[in-house]
Amino acid sequence: MSEAGSQADRAAILGSIRRALRRGPLSGAARQAVDARLADPPRGPAVGRAALAEPEKVALFCQWAEFNNATVARVAAADVPGEIVGYLARNNLPAAAAMAPSPALEALDWASQRMLTLRHGRGEGADQVSITGAFAGIAETGTLVMASGPEHPVTLNLLPDTHIVVLREGDIVGGYEEVWQRLRARYGKDAMPRTVNTITGPSRTGDIEQTIELGAHGPRRMHIVVVGG
Amino acid sequence: MQSTARSFKDNVDTALADPNLQDSLSKLKVGFSERRRQAAERLPEFEALRDRARDIKNHALANLDFYLEEFERKVTALGGHVHWAPTADDARRIIADLCRSIGARTVAKSKSMVAEEIGLNEHLEALGIAPIETDLGEYIIQLRHEPPSHIIAPAVHLTKDQVADTFLEHHSKLGFTRRLTERNDLVAEARAVLRQKFLDADVGLTGANFLVAETGSSMLVTNEGNADLSNTLPRMHIVLASIEKVIPTLEDAAVLLRVLARSATGQESSAYTTLNTGPKRPGDLDGPEQYHVVILDNGRSSVLGTEMQDMLRCIRCGACMNHCPVYGAIGGHAYGWVYPGPIGAVLTPQLLGVEEAANLPNASTFCGRCESVCPVRIPLPGLMRHWREREFERHLTPKAIRQGLALWGFMARRPRLYRRMTALANRLLALLGRAEGRYRTLPLAGGWTRFRDFPAPPAGGTFHAQWRRRKP
Amino acid sequence: MALFVTCLVDLFRPSVGFAAVKLLEEAGCTVEVPPLQVCCGQPAYNSGDRATTRAIAAQVVEAFDGYDAVVAPSGSCAGMLTHHYPSLFEDDPAMQARAKNLADRSHELTSFLVDVLGMTKVAARYDGVATYHDSCSGLRELGVKQQPRRLLASVEGLELREMTSPEVCCGFGGTFCVKYPEISNAMVGEKSADIAAAGADTLLAGDLGCLMNMAGKLQREGRAVRVRHVAEVLAGLGDEAPIGEPGGSRR
Repeated sequence: MSEAGSQADRAAILGSIRRALRRGPLSGAARQAVDARLADPPRGPAVGRAALAEPEKVALFCQWAEFNNATVARVAAADVPGEIVGYLARNNLPAAAAMAPSPALEALDWASQRMLTLRHGRGEGADQVSITGAFAGIAETGTLVMASGPEHPVTLNLLPDTHIVVLREGDIVGGYEEVWQRLRARYGKDAMPRTVNTITGPSRTGDIEQTIELGAHGPRRMHIVVVGG
Repeated sequence: MQSTARSFKDNVDTALADPNLQDSLSKLKVGFSERRRQAAERLPEFEALRDRARDIKNHALANLDFYLEEFERKVTALGGHVHWAPTADDARRIIADLCRSIGARTVAKSKSMVAEEIGLNEHLEALGIAPIETDLGEYIIQLRHEPPSHIIAPAVHLTKDQVADTFLEHHSKLGFTRRLTERNDLVAEARAVLRQKFLDADVGLTGANFLVAETGSSMLVTNEGNADLSNTLPRMHIVLASIEKVIPTLEDAAVLLRVLARSATGQESSAYTTLNTGPKRPGDLDGPEQYHVVILDNGRSSVLGTEMQDMLRCIRCGACMNHCPVYGAIGGHAYGWVYPGPIGAVLTPQLLGVEEAANLPNASTFCGRCESVCPVRIPLPGLMRHWREREFERHLTPKAIRQGLALWGFMARRPRLYRRMTALANRLLALLGRAEGRYRTLPLAGGWTRFRDFPAPPAGGTFHAQWRRRKP
Repeated sequence: MALFVTCLVDLFRPSVGFAAVKLLEEAGCTVEVPPLQVCCGQPAYNSGDRATTRAIAAQVVEAFDGYDAVVAPSGSCAGMLTHHYPSLFEDDPAMQARAKNLADRSHELTSFLVDVLGMTKVAARYDGVATYHDSCSGLRELGVKQQPRRLLASVEGLELREMTSPEVCCGFGGTFCVKYPEISNAMVGEKSADIAAAGADTLLAGDLGCLMNMAGKLQREGRAVRVRHVAEVLAGLGDEAPIGEPGGSRR
């Protein structure tokens, strides 16, 4: 396709929109209004359950995560590796996992679990189990937020059969709007990591006879380890 | 996709005579509406969110050029590319050129109604590029060479036995030679087959639920995770989205997400909601090297500023069809094109022409259930009525109906004449139907009496005649 | 106040009109039936014939000029007056003002009795088990849901038993039922099964079109369900021959 052709197509669509709206490009007060709206985005109607205080917020996150077919364990930081090894054993899964190369995860006491084999890096098609952190948890729906980057490859969220997520209690927020604020604070306004996955429970499909089956393309099991303190 | 909307009445006969379809539909009618009701009840702010969702989409449409340009600016700044496609033809050409630019042989596709709308698969196949549908429902119907019958549940018309036969036929050459009988085994087999295809694909093509102008992100909502694999594993990610998908900010997305999943499936949230912004970044261990967004108009911009603009608010949740008694009787294929149900009855005449789709806006009782559940409050019956008015103006309304209407209209505007005619009809119908109280056949009412009796009025005259006798 | 009889009641079921008059008079209203009323115009409106619809609407506005309330024993016809008339005259402010004025004065019967007159009970007896179908326009345009049930609860001898999906359309839809008879039949067939499954001996609703459609289907299928307009039962006229059954009016 030629550059001139694509510029003409662009002009055709924008021109058609403006003709239909009976105006030219936005200018003056109208332009200022939309610029202001982008600079300081208005929030929608407040959602009560997204505005709970501390202990109830964490409990609500756990409740909705379980409602959406995830399993949840609440432990202290020192007990995370033990909880993960125990989870794998309880579910007859191999004591091996691909783990996100994140300093926070590496800092945990994995040496205490000598039976566990860890591979550090992105997810591969044959991985059975992955271990990742999470950028945030959303109490409103029991949703995990994963921000991609060198410390968190997206493939770990998707390819393995079992996804184990280590989530700090302090990273659980009430609703989506707080996640956006955190993303802006971390990456800058108008900037985003390549991929933000918000994930609510394991992969599922209702495409055969409207009956929910887990593990369509992504993980069929999701275990969330909520770390207190 | 080739339209069969003109053969709507034949399609209806086929649908009503298909026992598998009728079985699926009876499940759908109860399941989806009950789950939506429960989800709405669990969220006290649901109605207020619907109002806001409507307002957000209206605001975006009123400033559509601005937000599209803003979206483009952000995508480009991050190393992505935006392509503008005025027509379906342009979109097909742009996508084919992108595929060929990297010598692509396979495209992993995540369910996109816009791709169906532009007939993308047929086009790619003709060029020797294999599109692979990865949404389970789309995959099943692709194997069967069928169009989708529902915008969020494309294979809702099939039973698991039909799926089992299809899989056996297509998967045995891959080594899966056992005919499966359980749903979870069917899902597992499709997962295994498609996993390899994901890993091999050169291009991932997805639609978008929303384009966020603020950040230049495309937003995708799925339950299976197939869209996420499509936009992560292949070298190139192409997003195909129509112009009305753009919304201003992430805060607006939060409002729309809260109504989308609940309206669609009654879920609190779909399993995966993903924002993609540009290509893979330095240091990233995965992700596509190229990120392209193809923005399609295909006649939509001409709807702006007209009485039909409301249709552009649609967020494709499928609630209108899940709650439509006509859809519930005939399913999606009868509508003859990409978009079935009430939203299809409004969109298809716009996109294909009212001549092609003349039946669709008429095949509604205006029961209003679609409008009552639409998350962005599209007045669907009102829009269908607009199409009926366009048809009437253009003399597309069937002749018998026009003539009957003209005769009735003539009398209805002359109360005294009308009174005499109704008195006569009343006396005749009462007299001849006296013995049984009803008619099993009645001239000029064959459409009625083929399936039901026609009640006869009791003797004694019309209400107005009796009222005159009562009040001298 | 004025009764809007509606064309189906006028032609096929005058007892519904007399039931409405009785209920309104017992509630203390003086009921008049303006002689120039005909039809609300829905057949034209729903067929896309806007010009005819406007002409008829203007005639209805004229016919009901000056009455403090206009009541129809039909959610569909009342909904036409209240929800659709004003939008017909967007290019004619004077006429639109009159249409809005009529819209503000117009009511569906049971909603008028309960919501406007504050009626909580009726003095009527009906021996039977009834199920109630919520006609679409009444339910979704006018919010008629609890009003008829509330009054029916006071009818002596009557037990109300809900069907599974009382809010799903019966497939009548005016001209729809003859333009798309196969689809309409599938819908009313399902409705008939739902009614039968409720185990009621009587079907009630507030719109005669829906009632004739459902009665016709129930009778064709040989189901022993008596079909009546809710106003007839509330007014104590429940011994009229049911819709589609032989036996003349007692008047």
